[in-house]
Amino acid sequence: MQIALTNKNISKHTLTILLMLGLFSVLFLSSLAIGSVTVSPFDIVLVFAQKLGIVSGIDEMKELVLINIRLPRLLLTVSVGAALGISGAALQGLFRNPLVEPGIIGVSSGAALGAIFVIMFMGTVAPALLEVSRTFIMPLFAFLGGGLATVFTLKLSKFEGKTQITYLILAGVAITSLAGAAIGLAIFYADDAQLRSYTFWTLGDLSSATWEKLNILLPLIGIACTGLITMSRSLNAIALGESEAFHSGVSVEKVKLLTVLFSAMAVGVSVAFTGIIGFVGLVVPHIIRISFTSDHTLVLPCSAIGGACLLLLADIFARTIVIPAELPIGVVTAVIGTPFFIYLLISSKKKRLI
Amino acid sequence: MFTIDNISKSIGRKTILRNCSLQIEPGKFTAVVGPNGAGKTTLLKILSGETKKFAGEVKLNGKNISNFKNHELSKLRAILPQHTVVNFPFTIEQVIEIGRYAFKDSSAAKEEVIDKAIALTGLEKYKGRHYQTLSGGEKQRVQMARVIAQLLHNSPDPKYLLLDEPTSSLDLAQQHALLALAKKQCNRHIGVLAILHDLNLAIQYADDILFLKEGQTVAYGACNEVATTDVIEETFSHPVKLIEDNGQLIIVPKSILNIQTKNLNTISYGQFS
Repeated sequence: MQIALTNKNISKHTLTILLMLGLFSVLFLSSLAIGSVTVSPFDIVLVFAQKLGIVSGIDEMKELVLINIRLPRLLLTVSVGAALGISGAALQGLFRNPLVEPGIIGVSSGAALGAIFVIMFMGTVAPALLEVSRTFIMPLFAFLGGGLATVFTLKLSKFEGKTQITYLILAGVAITSLAGAAIGLAIFYADDAQLRSYTFWTLGDLSSATWEKLNILLPLIGIACTGLITMSRSLNAIALGESEAFHSGVSVEKVKLLTVLFSAMAVGVSVAFTGIIGFVGLVVPHIIRISFTSDHTLVLPCSAIGGACLLLLADIFARTIVIPAELPIGVVTAVIGTPFFIYLLISSKKKRLI
Repeated sequence: MFTIDNISKSIGRKTILRNCSLQIEPGKFTAVVGPNGAGKTTLLKILSGETKKFAGEVKLNGKNISNFKNHELSKLRAILPQHTVVNFPFTIEQVIEIGRYAFKDSSAAKEEVIDKAIALTGLEKYKGRHYQTLSGGEKQRVQMARVIAQLLHNSPDPKYLLLDEPTSSLDLAQQHALLALAKKQCNRHIGVLAILHDLNLAIQYADDILFLKEGQTVAYGACNEVATTDVIEETFSHPVKLIEDNGQLIIVPKSILNIQTKNLNTISYGQFS
């Protein structure tokens, strides 16, 4: 009886993750196939087979589209979606507040400040560097801005040697408004081209993916996501309160610091390469909690997969609805996600779960 | 044995605790009573290991408390807080499971411990329920199951259960049910210490009792010896009368007694608690 019960639980856990992975695979393959050049699933297999040297003579154009354009873009989409989803889930758990989104620790606004700094000055200081700046200098500054903002937020929230969550939220608000003011000032002096450049950056952009960027982004997001998943059990305990978690044997300070740093890393890298994509980090964890469970050992991995799924789906719409142009990804994410979220909200109210 | 030897604690110029000593013995129920601001909560925080800066010595089973690692400590002592808010929809099993954080249970073993804690606290019919949908008394019972689960392991060392005003948001029957449950834990080689607001509850359940006032011990010892009119009046700065009813001591605050002396027999317990 005991063993049967346990097996049932294990399979429930595994089943949920398998279900999410199934959904993910379908979306991933569809996304690989759909676009202005249609590539059939069979072609996809052939192209990969050719890469492995099994077959040859495949349409070069299809290979080019698949390997150099679509695959990097999809990997960027998947990793950014996963990063935003899992950071949102982890920070909501840490702050014991379902309204938290990853930007609360100041990382997004710091990154935005870094980005506008590059947009404003790079053109005048070193026009020759402009092309390089699009690829690497802007992400670098965005990442530095996000990192600095998080470090300041953490410093400000230290009180009697402990990170106080209330101060952390307030410090995040303060850093965000400070960065907001600086951005406002920059916008005031910006010309039309710079303004447009910045506006599009804030709406998120997945189209600029290259393998060079992925070489930087994938390992960093991979480390951050793995790090966050190891926090799952501690976050379950922290859901009861910091004292309760400490009494149960959790090293609360360590968990707080690592969760904030890993989240900042995941979100910082994402924002740096794609701009600000809202909504995913706030809502995906809720969708997972309402649909499955609040157990962080499941919520964290599922929010990563769920974030990837939502962003994949949004990306398919973003680049097919107005071919050959593209809608900003942030807009589509909200348009797809919100109705689903509202539906879940109404149905969960009936069950009195929130 | 959980030994607190001559501890003092001040914050700034304010002394919170002065030269406080007590012993929590396995198998015994110790109550700590005193007016608001007497230092009860500070005492509990020192015992739990949360407050690390204080003068004096706290030894848990002979070892200085500051030498314990956090996860070692959590296997020897558990704390039941006044009330616990959970902002996410956890089931009662998920809440109880948190008591097993420091243990490396297999999932079968974990399941077994959770079931046992549920059985010990009489929560069988709440299995699978969401914590947020429970009443205050039921929630506290789930928390009790969590701390019991934390101490459910075979170790030769005595273990300790610390309760921080656990009955303050419970109704009459729930208060007694919870304290009876805590008292039962004494049978399993566990020492129980409870901070209690209600004096009558304290003298009904405690073996030993500590009276605290402004951070200092007014009296400490076996409950039936030290719980006297003088000690209680001194501690709470309020006149009381002790009445014996079938061998059970009842403490009645005097000003109320003056108004209703003649109707004492008809006064229900609840009015005083």
